[in-house]
Amino acid sequence: MIYLELVVQGIVQGSIYALIALGLTLVYGLLRILHVAHAALFTLGGYIGVLVTNSTGNFPLAMLTAMIVVGFVGIAVYKLAYEPLLEKPPYIALIASIALFIASEEIFRILFGPYGLSYTNPPLQLSFELLPDFYLKQGELLVIVGSIIMLTVLALVSGKTRMGVSWRATVTDPKMAQAFGINIQHVRYWNFFVGSALAAAAGVLVALLNNLVEPTMGSVTSYKALAIIVLGGLGSIRGTLIASLAIGIIESFGTIYIGHLMNRDAIAFAFLIVVLMFRPQGLLGAK
Amino acid sequence: MAYEITLITTMAISVLFALSLNFITGFCGQISLGHAAFMGVGAYTSAMLMKAGIPLILTLPVAAALAGLLGLLVGIASLRVKHDFLAITTMGVVFLFVGIVRQQEFLGGEIGISGIKSSPLGREGFMLFCILLAAIFAAYSLMVKRSWMGFVFDSIADNEDVSRVLGIDVPRYKLIAFVIGTSVAGVAGGLYVQQFRFIGPDSFGFVESVSVLAMVIVGGIGSVWGVIIAAAILSVLPLWFQFIDDYKILVYSALLFIMMRFAPDGLAGLTNRLIKSLRKKV
Repeated sequence: MIYLELVVQGIVQGSIYALIALGLTLVYGLLRILHVAHAALFTLGGYIGVLVTNSTGNFPLAMLTAMIVVGFVGIAVYKLAYEPLLEKPPYIALIASIALFIASEEIFRILFGPYGLSYTNPPLQLSFELLPDFYLKQGELLVIVGSIIMLTVLALVSGKTRMGVSWRATVTDPKMAQAFGINIQHVRYWNFFVGSALAAAAGVLVALLNNLVEPTMGSVTSYKALAIIVLGGLGSIRGTLIASLAIGIIESFGTIYIGHLMNRDAIAFAFLIVVLMFRPQGLLGAK
Repeated sequence: MAYEITLITTMAISVLFALSLNFITGFCGQISLGHAAFMGVGAYTSAMLMKAGIPLILTLPVAAALAGLLGLLVGIASLRVKHDFLAITTMGVVFLFVGIVRQQEFLGGEIGISGIKSSPLGREGFMLFCILLAAIFAAYSLMVKRSWMGFVFDSIADNEDVSRVLGIDVPRYKLIAFVIGTSVAGVAGGLYVQQFRFIGPDSFGFVESVSVLAMVIVGGIGSVWGVIIAAAILSVLPLWFQFIDDYKILVYSALLFIMMRFAPDGLAGLTNRLIKSLRKKV
């Protein structure tokens, strides 16, 4: 039974990683930037979710608001921070992104206090019996189902619509895509909007599971999300999804069996380093 | 005077630490987001030995050796990955270091190691000692930069494949850069222990790794003088900002962002451009 429980916990955690890491992969695939500040958008999503739920009592509305607002903030980040740095060596954008992330943590702390916020009436906290003696919280179920729905929609959009085709064309060869009349700028805006909205959704869900948002909630997650997209083979969406679930499950088993040797975060990174030694291009990366 | 001495000692240690990363990232072009881990290895080594009654100066070679050994291992592992993959692998190293140290009782776990005796050299003597070590390594860096090895590093940083075609043993020089850079970081770690007389797992985390990389980049990647100045300024900048207490990290990160956004080639690049435009006018 404990195995099943660990697997399910791993899947819950992995779904959240997937939502966060997907935005990072989208940005990396398009711009070759390691977008650390993505985690700031995740945190912002969590804050908006809690604030809106507490003032209106409407959780779905909070989720929607968080996704839309954060989506636009994502576009603003691209305009202000990354667009002018695209021609520079990649570490410049990386450091700029880290600086932006640290600054945002400070802003959250100064605005809302160092101890964070909680839901006054946390929604979806009831547990139900999935199997005999095996309980799952409603919130955890929402995380899994919600991620599956959002990722399916994304897969359909990128596979079946004009917008999706132009997005994939831009990722493969920006110059060629431009020559075929695709507006690259629009593609980039959409890219940041969708990626950031997914991160916001993850933020709201994490806030729900922990019933807490705090200024530093994004830090470890963001670095781990970077590890995940590298593990998946930078820019590969399928690789990212597999890596997210793998890291989620390995962490939940690892904390039980080798937790006395290293903590949760170290387990994730140890796994990353070991995999990279055998597959330097990541799980599904192109050589 | 006591305050100034503390300030200058901190500066000297930071300069040494930043120059050690400059050796790897600046000279050889290998980006590292986990350099604090090597300082941490040196610091924990020195701290454990000093607790056993061995004087700092004798612990430094051991600290350098252990940090360098880990650097060699990470270097060998890093030979397999490039660019962004390398950045994230080195980031993994620092999380691994912190994550492992936290769980080890004999290293003080979460609480860290405290109660280290103050330096027998006295505060001023220790300050001079730190400055001396930083100066020696700065001189060595300048020397390497003008040597054959410096040119090899340059060509690797510029284009690895071309260097390989020219018959340069790329892996060997990368490893040399890693071992020298990381063992000097280990020495800086030993000095850090003596200066603060307390270390914990959080003293050598990812934020510290990014800060030191920021020093190198703000200084102008590869420029020894630029890195010295940037490390000296950035290491005490948060202290100067004490008067805006609550906002000091915000201001620090905002400055870093503005620097990257408007002067990505750092202080060295900024000065060069200034000199050029002055020359044009004359």
